[in-house]
Amino acid sequence: MKKVALNAAGLLVALFAAFPVYWMISTSLKPSNEIFSATPQPVPTHPTLAHYREILTGNLIPGVSFFDFFVNSALVAISTVVLSGLVALLAATAVARFRFRLRTSFLIMLLVVQMIPLEALVIPLFLMIQRLGLYNTLPSLILTYLGFSLPFAVWMLRGFVAAVPKELEEAAAIDGASRAQTFRRILLPLVAPGLVATSIFSFITAWNELIFALTFINDQGSYTLPVAMTFFFGRDDTNWGPVMAASTLFTLPVIIFFLLVQRRMVSGLVAGAVKG
Amino acid sequence: MTTLTEVPEAAAARETPARRRRRVDRLPYLLLLPALVIIGVLLLWPLGQVVAMSFYRLNSVRQLRGDREWPWVGLGNYADILSDPFFLTVLRNTVLFAAANVLLTMILGTLVGLLLNRLGRKMATFVASCVMLAWATPALTGTIVWKWIFDDTSGLVTWLFNALPDGLSNGLFGRSDWTGYGWFNSPLLFFAILTLVVVWHSFPFIAVSVLAGLKSVPSELHEAARVDGASPWRVFWKITFPLLRPVFGILIVLSTIWDFKVFTQQFVLAGGTQDRPTFMLAIYSYAEAFSPPPKYGLGAAIAVILTLILLVVTGFYVRMVLRQEDES
Repeated sequence: MKKVALNAAGLLVALFAAFPVYWMISTSLKPSNEIFSATPQPVPTHPTLAHYREILTGNLIPGVSFFDFFVNSALVAISTVVLSGLVALLAATAVARFRFRLRTSFLIMLLVVQMIPLEALVIPLFLMIQRLGLYNTLPSLILTYLGFSLPFAVWMLRGFVAAVPKELEEAAAIDGASRAQTFRRILLPLVAPGLVATSIFSFITAWNELIFALTFINDQGSYTLPVAMTFFFGRDDTNWGPVMAASTLFTLPVIIFFLLVQRRMVSGLVAGAVKG
Repeated sequence: MTTLTEVPEAAAARETPARRRRRVDRLPYLLLLPALVIIGVLLLWPLGQVVAMSFYRLNSVRQLRGDREWPWVGLGNYADILSDPFFLTVLRNTVLFAAANVLLTMILGTLVGLLLNRLGRKMATFVASCVMLAWATPALTGTIVWKWIFDDTSGLVTWLFNALPDGLSNGLFGRSDWTGYGWFNSPLLFFAILTLVVVWHSFPFIAVSVLAGLKSVPSELHEAARVDGASPWRVFWKITFPLLRPVFGILIVLSTIWDFKVFTQQFVLAGGTQDRPTFMLAIYSYAEAFSPPPKYGLGAAIAVILTLILLVVTGFYVRMVLRQEDES
């Protein structure tokens, strides 16, 4: 009896958590008359890919296609990942492998900067981007997201580097390997999984970001996907079919990536936090 | 280096280790340099800049570009804001919203964490996977979907309310036809839906963290208490809660920080920055700065106030994390 109640509660929680995701995908597969019918269909009775076709072949905004926005977003996210992974690995090695005077101060600083409300930085970063002549360019976003993702990336990677036994590196050093060789041949392969996890995190941060993309990019051709989508559905009578198709295409990669690293996210987040 | 001066005759023999030690001393700083430069330029400098800008009257992009003077107004922006009754409304909205959301997220998250711990393995995996979906969904698309669920013509909620027996619907709410009902029009309803969206996005993290905490607690304690006939309520407050206190501390602080700066969900739900009655600090700051006519100085002052509030909360957080680091 008690078990039944627990399982029922479990199902209720599962329904609440997963339903919006299900509803997004399900709506995206329904023909328009089914979407706007007076009685919602729990399951698409005549599933169709028409909305996906419309999104992928038509123009989201006159002259610019979904694919263009997708490429913009991917360019920004991948550049952020590469840069922040590189820099974070160096810094994580420093804090995980060496005891030096400013180490604790640096760690505290990492925690504090993660708490800065990024919304508060829109105005000064806008000024910086203006002065650097980067307004309306994708590098303005790459630079911004690099700053946002780096503190957590360092924090997360720190654990992975610390987990590689020091003895391995010492043994390599005794065998006459240089520092660079030890780094490349021993440390790098062993922290590779951590680097992947961290990269996915940075990717999600950059992929999801809306406010800065909205503020720094005015030229429609350079919009990232989130910005394009807010415009796309901001009209009065929203055409929910294509909106849900676009949302699904935007969301699925994030969910897949997220599920790959969520275990790491929990331990990382409890000790140093960023949320998309 | 002191060893070299202490034992000069051994200098030759020790040269190699000494040189290595000196290199080791500089290497960590070298490795940190790129990160320090990036954090300094992209986070700390703007933070200082936003404080500086809050002391100027900045009303045009040309001032930002440096083509025009920045008139110094000292605390003028702050005086303007603090004497504006609207700011007090926004502050009240922010604090009440954060408090309600932290409370609800913590309660729901903890309950789900406890539930996951009690479920059978298969069921727990299934429920946890579903919960992960809510967590993984980007704020942007998650909010868009909720907006669709609350659509005033074909939304699921509108349909649900229409499906209520007319008598019941009339008796409870004074209307039976919900088609065209603006779910987002009254500030109170707007905040209720925003709370739903934010709690939906953030309870999974609490649930998973609480579950992780529970797994690290020896289950014998709970069993012993239950055998002794303690109610679940008593078991939670007398055993589980004290053991998980450090985890709860961090989770509450993190939730507070996140809920104070909710932006994307609000921006998408409100369809931009026009809905002033539902403003909270983050969106207020943004709207002052970027909706025409721009008031960058005023926006900066609001941002500084938000940052100050969060810095206080962050202080607690850093202390708790450092204590945990020491223990582990």
